[in-house]
Amino acid sequence: MTEAIERPASAAPPWEYASAPESTDIVRLDHRYGLFIGGEFVEPKSGRWFPTISPSTEETLAEVAEADAADVARAVDAARDAAPAWRALAPAERAKYVFRIARQLQERAREFAVLESLNGGKPIKESRDVDIPLAAAHFFYYAGWADKLEYAFPARGTPAPVGVAGQIIPWNFPLLMAAWKLAPALAAGNTTVLKPAETTPLTALLLAQVMQEAELPPGVVNIVTGAGETGAALVDAPVDKIAFTGSTEVGKIIRRSTAGTGKRLTLELGGKAANIVFEDAPLDQAVEGVINGIFFNQGHVCCAGSRLLVQEPVFDALLGKLKDRLQTLRVGDPLDKNTDVGAINSRAQLEKIEELVESGVEEGAEIYQPECLLPERGFWFRPTLFTGVSQSHRIAREEIFGPVLSILTFRTVDEAVEKANNTPYGLSAGVWTEKGSRILHMAQRLRAGVVWANTFNRFDPTSPFGGYKESGFGREGGLHGLEPYLTFDGGAR
Amino acid sequence: MVGVSQAAELSPRQPLEPVATASEAARIVARATAVDAVGLEGRAAALATRSIKRDSKVWALELAIRCMDLTTLEGSDTTGKIVAMCAKAVRPDPLRPEVPGVAAVCLYPQLVPVAVEQLAGTGVAVASVAGGFPSGLGPLDARLREIADVAAAGADEIDIVLNRSLFLGGRYAEAFEELVAAREAAGSAHLKVILEAGELGSYDRVRQASMLAMAAGADFIKTSTGKISVNATLPNALCMMEAARDFHRQTDRRVGVKVAGGVRRSKQSIQYLVLVHETLGPDWMTPDLFRIGASSLLNDVLMQLEKEDTGHYSGPDYFTVD
Repeated sequence: MTEAIERPASAAPPWEYASAPESTDIVRLDHRYGLFIGGEFVEPKSGRWFPTISPSTEETLAEVAEADAADVARAVDAARDAAPAWRALAPAERAKYVFRIARQLQERAREFAVLESLNGGKPIKESRDVDIPLAAAHFFYYAGWADKLEYAFPARGTPAPVGVAGQIIPWNFPLLMAAWKLAPALAAGNTTVLKPAETTPLTALLLAQVMQEAELPPGVVNIVTGAGETGAALVDAPVDKIAFTGSTEVGKIIRRSTAGTGKRLTLELGGKAANIVFEDAPLDQAVEGVINGIFFNQGHVCCAGSRLLVQEPVFDALLGKLKDRLQTLRVGDPLDKNTDVGAINSRAQLEKIEELVESGVEEGAEIYQPECLLPERGFWFRPTLFTGVSQSHRIAREEIFGPVLSILTFRTVDEAVEKANNTPYGLSAGVWTEKGSRILHMAQRLRAGVVWANTFNRFDPTSPFGGYKESGFGREGGLHGLEPYLTFDGGAR
Repeated sequence: MVGVSQAAELSPRQPLEPVATASEAARIVARATAVDAVGLEGRAAALATRSIKRDSKVWALELAIRCMDLTTLEGSDTTGKIVAMCAKAVRPDPLRPEVPGVAAVCLYPQLVPVAVEQLAGTGVAVASVAGGFPSGLGPLDARLREIADVAAAGADEIDIVLNRSLFLGGRYAEAFEELVAAREAAGSAHLKVILEAGELGSYDRVRQASMLAMAAGADFIKTSTGKISVNATLPNALCMMEAARDFHRQTDRRVGVKVAGGVRRSKQSIQYLVLVHETLGPDWMTPDLFRIGASSLLNDVLMQLEKEDTGHYSGPDYFTVD
């Protein structure tokens, strides 16, 4: 008989995931960043600088120039000066530059990912696996169209660039939004002035360095940093097109100030998407989809599935699963690759989320938050569920733009459609069911620019993205996203 | 000296009663929640990227050994092979006695008496496949007799196969009745039901089969026989774990999950443990409720354990082949 051996029963240590932080060594930050105008970093005429911080530690990362109207004018002039040569360049040559940018982004993907998480607070697994690869994919995709524009829009006449585009982007996907804006504009032969968000300018400025390395002709892309005033100056500047992604509130202001100016305009604004779970849905995957729909990027997503509509027979089962799953979410250091939920982007945003959550409690909804330790410094908010929410509650109507899910129930398909559409927004929606015909039926009746079926928050450069109603107009991505940067009547300035 | 290997923690339990009758089998299958393949595979892939702390890693590697069913299921197995494997099962690394023994050895019925003799008093259990492994398509009375025989011969655990012919043919009540009969034939031995997920064709089917086997009184549901090209995969295992989680919610009964076939590397075993932890929780991280059926995995785990200790890898020749 084999001899038995004695060994102590090892006590089970708690199962812990290693903190697996990405090293920040790869990112070399300058002390100060000027404005990127005419292919160079220049001092701002305003003479003003502002700090940009890491929302997870509140540490200052660098100082960034604040562009005033004169700085913006200088950038627009540079773009205007660069326009004739850029549009005259053979399309295949133009494509080479855009391809080069795409390849450089891939080459330096890790650096971009770390910087994106540092400056914006999003988990490294998202910046690494979603933001940066998608940004590169957008440049690749549109680069391919540069010399095929006539075939992209057959029977529309000879395509020509619009001219100078003013592009204003938000802080939730800083580099990706820059790519969504720049890639189609450049491929179509436009020159641009890009204004990154005040809280997250750094990856755009790193992208400026990539533009330099790609030897993009000076002035084709200009980047001006600053807050709302800088954006307003850009909207008022003599550009041919404004593309804006941000809040509905600011979108309305932009629409007012561009009215009657002849400037083309596309707006991609807020949302209050419904994620609709029918009783026959694949529940465990629906849970993942709901979690991803609202906690992806801390809920700082315009198309976030912030309203969950559950058919009553599966409400208890789904809620139980959601609560369990919430307990396993890891909130913390954005640079840790095991982190699921990172830092809230700014103190102002945190206060807005807190205020809306308070209103939810006051209006009588039932709040559920998992137990988890939050770091002491930085801006954090626990993943939050609200049950007992009705359509009239603020948390069911207003965009929270944070990790807060409002859960409502429905009984019939018609009721689901009615509730889902009962919002001033219309950016996205999710449908979870095993029944294919119901998916098609819902997709037809939901007034939302994107309807995901049995998944959520999936993006692809070939797929158009944009909203109904107060979620904006115009599309980004795909051919739909190329069209706003082209004119077919020879009427471009 | 009395063996107190980790496997000795295995709690004896009463044979489980079915929680349904054969007439309800079709309803159990029909009511099984749908599974979305894209979402399931995405979740499994995301969990596979988790990295665990070094302390946890050593614990996880030891757990992988404690949860291991050291397996040989070859026509060429002999008494000599089984004697050697039993020695390895009790003391996987002769130079490092602190390394725990495995949960069980898993072998063909004819060799059960050899293993029973070798492992008596060691705490390592004897598991035997039975019931017409791997197809499960022999005459029912012969299959049931085989199960009863290995139980009588002293097997602590019996790995049987789901009758995929009946299941895929929609004859759920008959498939269910066979499982219940096998449950009875197994007596007090732990019953593991192999679903052979690679033959079921969809994750919906894997989930339905899981629910059917659990309702019939299985102590464990197991992914694969190891005899076909598709063995345990992370999505299959996740699908079954989600079924076990829901079954526990519904019936308060904890059913174990065994992954088998194709698990050769430590890294894979840790990925499966991550799935267990994230899906079923810490309660399931015990040989009572989680098993890995493998033959070549053990030495890779030993090599990783040694590396955690010494900081470097030795080589395959520094670990005994059996």
